[in-house]
Amino acid sequence: MVKGPADLAAARPLSPHLTIYRPMLTMLMSIAHRITGAALYFGLLLLAWWLIATASGPGGYGKFQSFIDSIVGRLILFGYTWALIHHLLGGLRHLIWDIGRGFGPHEREWLTVATLAGSIAITLLLWIGVFMFGGVR
Amino acid sequence: MKSSMRTPLSRVRYRGAAHSGTGHFWRQRLTSVALIPLTAALIVILFSLLGRNQAAAAQMLGSPVVSVIIVLFVVTSAYHAWLGMQVIVEDYVHHELGKIALLMANTFFCAVVALASAYAVLQMSFGV
Repeated sequence: MVKGPADLAAARPLSPHLTIYRPMLTMLMSIAHRITGAALYFGLLLLAWWLIATASGPGGYGKFQSFIDSIVGRLILFGYTWALIHHLLGGLRHLIWDIGRGFGPHEREWLTVATLAGSIAITLLLWIGVFMFGGVR
Repeated sequence: MKSSMRTPLSRVRYRGAAHSGTGHFWRQRLTSVALIPLTAALIVILFSLLGRNQAAAAQMLGSPVVSVIIVLFVVTSAYHAWLGMQVIVEDYVHHELGKIALLMANTFFCAVVALASAYAVLQMSFGV
């Protein structure tokens, strides 16, 4: 298979990539951390729009509000909330790993489940709060 | 890549340090730690704004403590996002020119978003 020096680099074994592994929760949460991070990156646009609209006056604010109150706007904001909380909890997990803790088989699995369950629970609680306190004033 | 019997390690050895070291890793962690209390504060601010009209919202966002928190959040998260997107581009984009273009676009995007958001907050704060 190796014909000459040119083929040597290509023939050197590479570490196996994603496709060879059985999907595990830790792996899926690692991928989710990057995807939620990328989503939050573009979510900065929504944050900027909100601030600029509020500063611009009632007209701009009304446009922003009618977008947020639409079905699409609500879905985006709900997804944004989950992405934010999930990325935050995932970040906390990484900080725990960064100080060298939580690497045991049970610990890392527990941390990963806690990230997912926690992000879903906190997102739902926040939105229950929005519907309970929203429009009171 | 040129054909060679030398290992990648031996090719870079003795060429000196890249002089960035763990800086990228550290700044990512530093901003992530800062964003924990800032995100909690942002959520509290958003809740206190529920149901308010534009004038009340602008007045509240323009108050000193809230302004500083929002500007800190926006600048810190834009910086954190800049570092994160840089890694994503470096991981997946292997075409050299495309990579450079996307890394530049990443910097421009984060700078514009951070400055535009901070400007809006300061505008409400100073009432101009």
